[in-house]
Amino acid sequence: MIPSPMPGLSLEMLVVAVPLLGAICCFLWPGRSVLPGLFTSVAVTATVIGLGWQVMQHGVLRHALGGWQAPLGIDLQADGLSLLMLTMTAVVGLAVSIYSSAYFGREKAASFWPLWCFLWAALNALFLSADIFNLYVTLELLGLAAVALVALAGDTDALSAAMRYLLVSLTGSLFYLLGVALLYHGFGTLDMVLLGRTMAATPPAWAAMGLMSVGLLLKTALFPLHFWLPPAHAGAPAPVSALLSALVVKASFYILIRLWLLVFPFPGPAPGQLLGLLGTAAILWGGMQALRQTRLKLLVAYSTVVQIGYLFLAFPLAATIGWHGAIYLLLSHAVAKTAMFLATGNILFHGGHDRIADLDRVARHLPLTLGAFALAGVSLMGLPPSGGFISKWLLLEASIRSGQWWWAMPLIAGGLLTGAYVFRVIGHAFTPSDLPRTSRAVPLRMEWTALLMAMLAIALGLIASWPLALMDTGLPFGGGT
Amino acid sequence: MLPDPLMPLLVVLSSLLAGLVIFFLPEDRVRTRTLLNLGGALVKIVLVAFMFHGLYQGAHHYETRMPLLPGLDLVLRADAMAMLFVVLSAGLWLVTTVYAIGYLEGSPHRSRFFGFFSLCVTASVGVALAGNLITFLLFYEMLTLVTYPLIVHRETEAARRAGRAYLVYTIAGGALLLIAVTWLYTLTDTLEFTARGFVSALDSSHHGALVAIFVLLIAGLGVKAALIPLHGWLPQAMVAPAPVSALLHAVAVVKAGAFGILRVVYDVFGIEFSARLGLLLPLAVLAAATIIYGSVRALFQDDLKRRLAFSTVSQVSYIVLGAAVIGPVATIGSLAHLIHQGVMKITLFFCAGNLAEELGIHRISEMDGVGRRMPWTMAAFTIGAFGMIGVPPMAGFISKWYLGLGALEAGQGWVIAVLAASSLLNAAYFLPILHAAWFRSPSGAWPDDRLQGHGETAFALLAPPVITALLTLALGLLALVPFSPVNWAYLITTLEYGP
Repeated sequence: MIPSPMPGLSLEMLVVAVPLLGAICCFLWPGRSVLPGLFTSVAVTATVIGLGWQVMQHGVLRHALGGWQAPLGIDLQADGLSLLMLTMTAVVGLAVSIYSSAYFGREKAASFWPLWCFLWAALNALFLSADIFNLYVTLELLGLAAVALVALAGDTDALSAAMRYLLVSLTGSLFYLLGVALLYHGFGTLDMVLLGRTMAATPPAWAAMGLMSVGLLLKTALFPLHFWLPPAHAGAPAPVSALLSALVVKASFYILIRLWLLVFPFPGPAPGQLLGLLGTAAILWGGMQALRQTRLKLLVAYSTVVQIGYLFLAFPLAATIGWHGAIYLLLSHAVAKTAMFLATGNILFHGGHDRIADLDRVARHLPLTLGAFALAGVSLMGLPPSGGFISKWLLLEASIRSGQWWWAMPLIAGGLLTGAYVFRVIGHAFTPSDLPRTSRAVPLRMEWTALLMAMLAIALGLIASWPLALMDTGLPFGGGT
Repeated sequence: MLPDPLMPLLVVLSSLLAGLVIFFLPEDRVRTRTLLNLGGALVKIVLVAFMFHGLYQGAHHYETRMPLLPGLDLVLRADAMAMLFVVLSAGLWLVTTVYAIGYLEGSPHRSRFFGFFSLCVTASVGVALAGNLITFLLFYEMLTLVTYPLIVHRETEAARRAGRAYLVYTIAGGALLLIAVTWLYTLTDTLEFTARGFVSALDSSHHGALVAIFVLLIAGLGVKAALIPLHGWLPQAMVAPAPVSALLHAVAVVKAGAFGILRVVYDVFGIEFSARLGLLLPLAVLAAATIIYGSVRALFQDDLKRRLAFSTVSQVSYIVLGAAVIGPVATIGSLAHLIHQGVMKITLFFCAGNLAEELGIHRISEMDGVGRRMPWTMAAFTIGAFGMIGVPPMAGFISKWYLGLGALEAGQGWVIAVLAASSLLNAAYFLPILHAAWFRSPSGAWPDDRLQGHGETAFALLAPPVITALLTLALGLLALVPFSPVNWAYLITTLEYGP
């Protein structure tokens, strides 16, 4: 840990401040918000790269806002895990920004850009927060921005999905906040590291753990608390769906991992096993539901339910390679799911519908989009070479090495189910029909962003050693061997 | 001069890059596409020949190594066994490319087809060059995925059904393979292919787990190698266009499975250790059962391609049978048959494609007198069929000779009975075809004589089967000259059995 070279203005702060400024600019010029929006995404990406450079040079960075140290002030901390999250957000964010610059009409764009920049700021702040109250604030901001984005589509379905999402989001935060209050009352600090040091297995601590976990599980949409996710993610405009599935649900999962590893090191095997079971149920249920869907976007949304289930298989394994596997899955799912939602967006844009049974013509007119969907599907199935394969391998290895081979079964079953629903879509795309259709041309930019993200998901299967090494900077998983 | 560590990578890239560029070519850029296809195939052959020469001199070690995961590398290594399969893939790819260009002339979606066609060969060559199990797994699964669009290429309902069956079998097989490989890795902490195996040093308390891993590996690989009862997808997949069937049955999918079994028996477990665990006899029995079953089923097919498909089920298991009989001579038979079966079967599928393309003949009952209309095609077919039956001096005779001799050497006389029965069955399902084609008179005029006066069919369709038929003869006649498959198999055998 080293003091920042510029005490007033650190890169950690800029990573949060730049998108916030961008949001304000986009808000002030609603007529032409695309330009400041795109500029912001490039600028944020640049600051994240700068921060990454610093972390790789110096290790963990910690910056006290306004010069006030924790426990009095607010600390921003960047370790390897935070950095990977920020990078993931930047990569997905940049792709979604480029896509959205072509996707939204003028009117929608005026609402989209400020909200999206705001969401980005909340995400970045969340990934850099080192204390549990600050995490609450960022979580709440994130939730509000996300709900507003879901409502952007404007039709009845989207509005009711957004309303439900709002209630879920608020309930989740409320649970979390109650836990925070209990912990603050019991241990007199909000900083995660300090809390972890003084933590004792008292009843309030157990209660706090239960409340916070339930709140976060609700927001992460782990089965059976996933009910709100498919309508919200399927109802939103495609780039928003991509953001929600790739990034927003990951934020609450990230907090859960941090709490689990740093703050509550005492749970014993039972809670972890429970989460693993729920994850298994999510994989099977989500996979079955995805197979039954007739609309492509809902299918992709249920696939998110499945992938979230995978993430929770790391909890019963409680091994470093297991955590590595889960985090790597989180990253590769973010990229692959972005590709898949953007590809779905292209299909909707092109033909005006996303009925799976009528996808025949897509292969003809949108080969790049179909390619993006297929490649993203490969990663979701966990077939090599792809990021999904690396994470599946690590999770499998962790389950066999820890002697809990039964956790290998949901991993394998999930892969087969995913294969079934992905190829169901691709199979329909290979069936010709002569129905005349109205269609409109999809801008090349939209096709290419989807394809490039899908290619990145594949590439993640070949460059894994670098992110995996970075993950251990600051030893976020040090306690969990 | 190119550096040694780069060579295996370049061999893989030569078709990968060609394939990726082809995807983005507009449909009507025929000449550019042909240039890329043939250019990629030729570059690959030159690179392979270069490596072959280097290996024969013994002064070179061709290995590409990249980190994949902590402790696990992506390894492409041109060892003796890899070269056997690489030469087969690279050689037959060139021939099949020529054939496919002729076959698909003027049909839609050619960029898609040739793109995946190149990726398919990339995956086969990757399977061949894989220096450890995880690299093998990577290319093996890639092969599954890139073959699917080729099988459903025609976009008919039957094609889609075949594609679905193919996926169900192969993806499930891949899952078994993944479990086995991960499990093995947690026991050994290495997955590098090593001559004579790398698992024998494990404590005997792990032997139960090793038996289970072996069974899982064979099940996972047996799907592609079409061992019974995992062969169901193969006869269905013959709805694919002829060049795809040719590649599928001779080089790519089926061979990848058989080659994987060879790797597992020789370079993961080691043949002596596999025998010690008592794994070889059940494998041999399974292979023998597949040989007989495939031949019997082939006997009852009227559809020519289906008959050939069941014949593949049977013939590929010769390779497995040879691997499951301990002893250097049987090993030579098994390794040589990997090449021989490929060359013979590709000839037969090319000919079947020509009959379908030129005359619309799909059934054996329609083949009366076809030898007079298409003498060159049927001559090639005849040589391929005789090779399959094992008539000397064709390539198939050499394989059967070594397999039989090896079985005797290992004291497993029953294998001879299986080989003899299979040869009889082969004769029973091939000779009627030949009889009909050469000695019966056609039932009516041929449907389409548009090429009359220009030879029996297009040159690009005729040259490939004639070349591979000649190769079938040459492999049999010149079995013992340097660089022949048998000769190369000797070299591998000395590595696998030690001095």
